[in-house]
Amino acid sequence: MVREIENAAGIPVVQIATIVPIMLTVGANRIVPGVAIPHPVGDPSLGPEGDRKVRRALLERALRAIQTPIKEQTVFKS
Amino acid sequence: MPKRVVCYINQFFAGLGGEEQAHVPPSSRAEAVGPAMQIQNILVGEAEVVGTVICGDSYYGEHLDEARAACVELIAGFRPDILIAGPAFNAGRYGVACGDICGAVTETLGIPSVTGMYPENPGVELYRKKTYMVPTADSARGMKDALAAVSSLAMKILSGADLGAAEDEGYISRGIRKNFFHETNGARRAVDMLLSKIKGKPFRTEYEMPVFKRITPAEPVKDLKKATIALVSSGGIVPKGNPDHIRVSSAESYGVYDISNIDDLTPENFESIHGGYDRVWANEDPDSVLPLDVMREMEKEGVFGKLYKYVFTTTGTGTAVANAERFGQEIGERLKKEGVDAVILTST
Repeated sequence: MVREIENAAGIPVVQIATIVPIMLTVGANRIVPGVAIPHPVGDPSLGPEGDRKVRRALLERALRAIQTPIKEQTVFKS
Repeated sequence: MPKRVVCYINQFFAGLGGEEQAHVPPSSRAEAVGPAMQIQNILVGEAEVVGTVICGDSYYGEHLDEARAACVELIAGFRPDILIAGPAFNAGRYGVACGDICGAVTETLGIPSVTGMYPENPGVELYRKKTYMVPTADSARGMKDALAAVSSLAMKILSGADLGAAEDEGYISRGIRKNFFHETNGARRAVDMLLSKIKGKPFRTEYEMPVFKRITPAEPVKDLKKATIALVSSGGIVPKGNPDHIRVSSAESYGVYDISNIDDLTPENFESIHGGYDRVWANEDPDSVLPLDVMREMEKEGVFGKLYKYVFTTTGTGTAVANAERFGQEIGERLKKEGVDAVILTST
């Protein structure tokens, strides 16, 4: 899905999920590793405030990813 | 002496529980558990299942390195002659775990490994070169055939017999070419293939071309302050009640939902219907899968221009690749028409 959206729309698509090898296999170009499979963009164990902070940090990284010129599949680890 | 077999299975097939137990770390039992019991019945007299190693699918997927190391150690403790993992059918995390542990055991312990999964399982593309994989049905309805196939391939490998081509032996191609003398030379075989092709008859290539589904990365967003960004998710987050009846797994459709008047996803307005992970957290706060609250916050702060007024969601578990590609093409065309500049896509 991620690859085909990018291909059809010609716009950057950043995928946030937990199992990085699968994202590489399906052809995602911009990859941000998520927190956990059932809650990729949050961490409920940190309480509402911590959870939101984690989400914000991941989304800021995702926004950085879509502004970054890349030549090949790239994992934005930090 | 009968050969020693160790089986690897997940928490579900071990009877520990479903998604609510998918976080359990590796453990082992010195006996055949779940499908391993049926493998034991098939192999009786020729090989013995001396142990079963069990790990939760989410644990393995989220802690690949730790899970792999712990499972290899547990497996080594049984001094096996072969590892049989799964079968994983079309369960993505389970397929990755089975492929990964098989590859690691063959590499570090120097013993063969066999697993089985549905050809579209992401574990196939990732690990088929590192182990022997038998193609199976997409669900446990195909358990009987899958166990018969993995057991018979395992016995053939243990017997020390030479394995033929993947297609003849019934496993998924590992991309390995073996040299041997053919009775007819290459030119003759190539012409025969060409003639078959012209006549519309079946023929088998001797050199498979790899299929790389890669695309050139799109140009980055130049001015974030003016950019419209869309949220897409395969995490199964839908308006409460699932108005479009999106399937909980093997989805054949996706939903398009207007979020222009919503600043926060809550248990009152949205829910998860995804059949492939423990939904407890997603139902308590759907933003932990589809991050609308923080996107809205950043939009208000002016971090980026605008959040696109619709979100697109489906359930990415057991979904046929062809359907997922179609969803992507349709969504992509719509976003292009609407002038969206970038997409954040979350998956579970």
